Amino acid sequence: MIEVKNLKKSFGKNLVWENVSLTIPDGETLAIIGKSGCGKSVLMKHFNALLLPDEGEVHVDGKNIFDLSYVDLRILRQRFGFLFQGAALFDSISAYENVAFPLRYFTELKEKDIHKRVMDCLDMVNLSGIGNKGTSELSGGMRKRVGLARAIVLEPDYLMYDEPTSGLDPETSDEINDLIIHMSENLNITSIVVSHDMHSVLRIADYAAFLDEQKLSWFGTIDEMLVADHARLKSFTTASEYAISNPQRMNVPD
Amino acid sequence: MQVFNDFGRYCRLLYQAIRSSTELKSYYKNFVSEMIKTGYDSLPIVILAGVFTGAVLTIQTSYQLVSPFIPNSTVGAIVTQSIIIELAAVISGLVLAGRVGARIATELGTMRVSEQIDAIESMGFNSVSFLVVPRVLAGFVMFPILYIAAATMGVSGGLLAGMITGQVPAADFMQGARTFFLPWDVIFGMTKSVVFGFVITSISCYKGYYASGGAEGVGKATTNATVLSCIFVLLSDLLLAIILL
Repeated sequence: MIEVKNLKKSFGKNLVWENVSLTIPDGETLAIIGKSGCGKSVLMKHFNALLLPDEGEVHVDGKNIFDLSYVDLRILRQRFGFLFQGAALFDSISAYENVAFPLRYFTELKEKDIHKRVMDCLDMVNLSGIGNKGTSELSGGMRKRVGLARAIVLEPDYLMYDEPTSGLDPETSDEINDLIIHMSENLNITSIVVSHDMHSVLRIADYAAFLDEQKLSWFGTIDEMLVADHARLKSFTTASEYAISNPQRMNVPD
Repeated sequence: MQVFNDFGRYCRLLYQAIRSSTELKSYYKNFVSEMIKTGYDSLPIVILAGVFTGAVLTIQTSYQLVSPFIPNSTVGAIVTQSIIIELAAVISGLVLAGRVGARIATELGTMRVSEQIDAIESMGFNSVSFLVVPRVLAGFVMFPILYIAAATMGVSGGLLAGMITGQVPAADFMQGARTFFLPWDVIFGMTKSVVFGFVITSISCYKGYYASGGAEGVGKATTNATVLSCIFVLLSDLLLAIILL
């Protein structure tokens, strides 16, 4: 379980947000939503201490991660998978080697076991035939899927997705959404998704955290979000194409 | 204020690198790969710079010393000492500031802006020991080897130029080189190259590691890394001359 308590972050004199408190139960999926530049990715990068807050705490399974030594923090980070917005694949090595990368350093697996695990993960993201392709030969969707395979290769307890469907066509977006649902349901992974794609959020998330006006403006389940009496949240969620085409689902007046 | 801020962050990065250098054995492959990129791949340009420096120095020195009272062997002595004490280290240092420094800053800068360094950290790696330590240590190890290559090729270039132009016979050149040769000069030159290796790789790592602002930011980091490396190569050259000679 991840518990965020009174988190505050600023860059220099610019306050990003403050008083952010929320809880993500095990096995559930949280979507962090909000306008571009409101600090969604910044908030998510606090969950494995890639960024440090000005104030506040993040507890993972009861431990405040900002109190951990760097060595303990690195051990904790191995329990997190992270799919970055641009996939952040290492471009000096092949797609296969990107997925094998954490296994080579953090496990004692033999080469044939590494191969099996890598192929299983690539299979899971429907890229088993990718072979030794360089990362520059991959499309945007393929890069994200390789990034996802790399993120799950160490069998993490937590998976974080930074804009997993941005820049992808609707069909590929749906494939990625299916994968996220698959990870969450079949592997019982707790997921955090940063997105402003409401179509995706409604499909994959159990909870939503709405960042607005430099604070956590609203937090609750997706079902609660759909009926929430919160003007700015409603304005945000109903601005998407999906909401327009599904007024009943989004509680939008005709 | 920005200068102090930069210096503080640079020192902190070095401190982190020193603290995490014990992990090098885990990243041994990176170290070997960096030694190849820094040393082996730089060999052609260092040899070229050495040969041409030695050749030009021989021709110009013999041009300046046109006198029946100065023996030809003096040219060999001047060229050899100049190359061993100063030019092999400095010329290769400046060339490598461009070649190695720019490569390191661009690599790390691109990794930073494309979140690859964040990815490394988020997997549980120590990005400093993974990326910075192998590069700086490779500089420590390979720069003296490159210095030896530059010095050897510089003296050879000088010898060849003297022979080909007929200005300094080979026997005279070698006699002058041998007469005034001091082993300390080689140690001094190698000390310089170790310092230059550290200065170039650490500055470039710092600039790349903290790059920000997309492609423009990487470009800026690379330019700054190269310019600063050159400046600090020259500054440390002066300091070492004052301290050690």
